[in-house]
Amino acid sequence: MSRSESGAAPLQIRVVLPYHLRNLAGVSSEVTLEIAAPITIRTVIDAIEARYPMLRGTIRDRVTHQRRPFLRFFACEEDLSHASPDEPLPAAVTTGKEPLLIIGAIAGGR
Amino acid sequence: MSEVRVLVGTRKGAFIITSDGKRNDWKIGGPFFAGWEIYHLKGSSADSNRLYASQSTGWHGQLIQRSDDGGATWTPVGNNFAYASVPGTHQWYDGTPHPWEFKRVWHLEPSLSDPDTVYAGVEDAALFRSTDGGANWEELKGLREHGTGPHWQPGAGGMCLHTVILDATNPARIYIAISAAGAFRTDDDGLTWKPINKGLVSSMMPNPTAEVGHCVHHVAMHPARPEVLFMQKHWDVMRSNDAGDTWSEVSGNLPTDFGFAIDVHAHEPDTVYVVPIKSDSEHFPLDGKLRVYRSRTGGNEWEPLAKGLPQKDCYVNVLRDAMAVDKLDKCGVYFGTTGGQVYASPDAGESWQPIAEHLPAVLSVEVQTLQ
Repeated sequence: MSRSESGAAPLQIRVVLPYHLRNLAGVSSEVTLEIAAPITIRTVIDAIEARYPMLRGTIRDRVTHQRRPFLRFFACEEDLSHASPDEPLPAAVTTGKEPLLIIGAIAGGR
Repeated sequence: MSEVRVLVGTRKGAFIITSDGKRNDWKIGGPFFAGWEIYHLKGSSADSNRLYASQSTGWHGQLIQRSDDGGATWTPVGNNFAYASVPGTHQWYDGTPHPWEFKRVWHLEPSLSDPDTVYAGVEDAALFRSTDGGANWEELKGLREHGTGPHWQPGAGGMCLHTVILDATNPARIYIAISAAGAFRTDDDGLTWKPINKGLVSSMMPNPTAEVGHCVHHVAMHPARPEVLFMQKHWDVMRSNDAGDTWSEVSGNLPTDFGFAIDVHAHEPDTVYVVPIKSDSEHFPLDGKLRVYRSRTGGNEWEPLAKGLPQKDCYVNVLRDAMAVDKLDKCGVYFGTTGGQVYASPDAGESWQPIAEHLPAVLSVEVQTLQ
């Protein structure tokens, strides 16, 4: 296992992507990413975009880095969509017990 | 043996419909990018295997896809459409200033000579260019910054740059059109631009003959006569004989001169096609009869073409980028509807047949003629 500059071992973070992004990235279920602390929304999306460059701009705006308005972030039954992207994610996510869920807003009818 | 490849962008994916040169038997391929809005896809005239597609949703924003094998496989390329300078404001629907925000790519126009060079017309209105096959995009900011931008405003579909026309005889010349700003031209490869709207009259504007603010729906040109342009404005079909410097109305005997699509016959520069739509309040054909109108005199005198098209209870629309022609003899004409039909005429409009009947709403139609 590689180690970050701080010497800490990277953590195994589970992420569930929405349907269209799974298709775009060519993954069939949740993905596991090795990420060095701190584990935040920002560092998780950084890792997603590094591993799957085709997803750049699909979760957050490429210029402003604002979350796309029809997407929400959940973990441990908590809505993290409006938290700071630099806030540490729950311990259950950083230990790999629970995934970070990236979910498309329910907007049927279009 | 010739082949025809019809590239169809829809509200829920892309389709590629193919036939041999007889254009009788058609095969539908796709959906590609299922579930995504495909505003436009188009092939390079310098390399028919090179295609570009604009893929977007409200959920995940904008992607650009590229195919190097005629649409069999696709690869996502660059999607970083960052305005080259602080975008400033344009007018909102109520006339108040509104910040410029990138929303989507409406139109992709491949270079006529280089498969790796492609232009993207975007909402909020700007023109971008890639010279590396779509990997990186650079705004031609002289358009947005030439001075009238603060007076542009969105049409009902957004403030979109929807038309890009390249001139094979003058590579430094590009025409574009924006709803609702008007038409613009550069003669120095995108460095500087000027509005070309003299002669347009838009009664819904405070100043109906203003330099900008006109809701131009689409512009078409015959490549052999690039100084002559045909325009479907919100209302009015217009013609320019001087590269857009001045325009005159050629609606003539059309039953309504509202519409979106307009195109020119591949071999007859004075043969023009439009699809009249009842009004800006009722976006469907007059009396439930879907009819293409053709002028063989460069406008003013129009004839209805209805053979094979539904002549009762038809309430679909034909959007601005949803008509195209092939280069075969006889010239084929194609258009798609918001009801999911794609119609083809292998005889320049005399008769029509549906080549797809149950697609999602059609946003764009382009044709490649493969010799």
